Amino acid sequence: MDWQGQKLAEQLMQILLLIAAVVAFVVGYATESFRTMMLIYAGGVVLTTLITIPNWPCFNRHPLKWLDPSEAEKYPKPEVVAVSSKKKSSKK
Amino acid sequence: MHSFGYRANALLTFAVTILAFICAIASFSDNFSNQTPSAQIQILNINWFQKQPHGNDEVSLTLNVTADLQSLFTWNTKQVFAFVAAEYETSKNALNQVSLWDAIIPEKEHAKFWIQISNKYRFIDQGHNLRGKDFNLTLHWHVMPKTGKMFADKIVMSGYRLPNAYR
Repeated sequence: MDWQGQKLAEQLMQILLLIAAVVAFVVGYATESFRTMMLIYAGGVVLTTLITIPNWPCFNRHPLKWLDPSEAEKYPKPEVVAVSSKKKSSKK
Repeated sequence: MHSFGYRANALLTFAVTILAFICAIASFSDNFSNQTPSAQIQILNINWFQKQPHGNDEVSLTLNVTADLQSLFTWNTKQVFAFVAAEYETSKNALNQVSLWDAIIPEKEHAKFWIQISNKYRFIDQGHNLRGKDFNLTLHWHVMPKTGKMFADKIVMSGYRLPNAYR
């Protein structure tokens, strides 16, 4: 997923779970059945899992633009500094 | 949110937290139920009333317990534990409570009952104070929830008296 997709997935997850919880409580309280409440909430959790966890294409609408390989060669990585400088600093 | 594991963890944690909230609210909703239980206890017979070898009084009763505890059941009730206790005062103790009978009521349908039994647990005093003693019979109940707070209450029925002499 790209960054926008991740944000969308997180928001969707929170909202879907909250809605599932509210619906579950209201239906359970109205029907006086604790079991109904638990079943509806479990169903809501499973549904949210199916929607937000897999890498659906809708979450990848703004793909990251990685640097082109030919551009990367123009700017080489910095080299590692030599070991001798460390001995001088420890004597102080 | 960059990997399956990360999203799955976030989802599961949030789901469990919300589940805890739902259960807390469900328990809180028990405060709004209208509870009107009723009960009556009759002592049909005093089977025997003796002084034990150790010096303590013991009495055996046959009780007739009639109760309607159906209004105590809510959607969040797992079971109701009810027990009958004899309560009286002696010079040694300000309050003596002796449990005579108890029952677990798992469903609303079983909560309206009529039962005639001799005391399930022995009625033994600490000493020999029971002759001519006035005592109360109290029906206590504990409403055990599926989640959350347990409520307990009682009905006190007074006016019972033990005989003045051993039988």
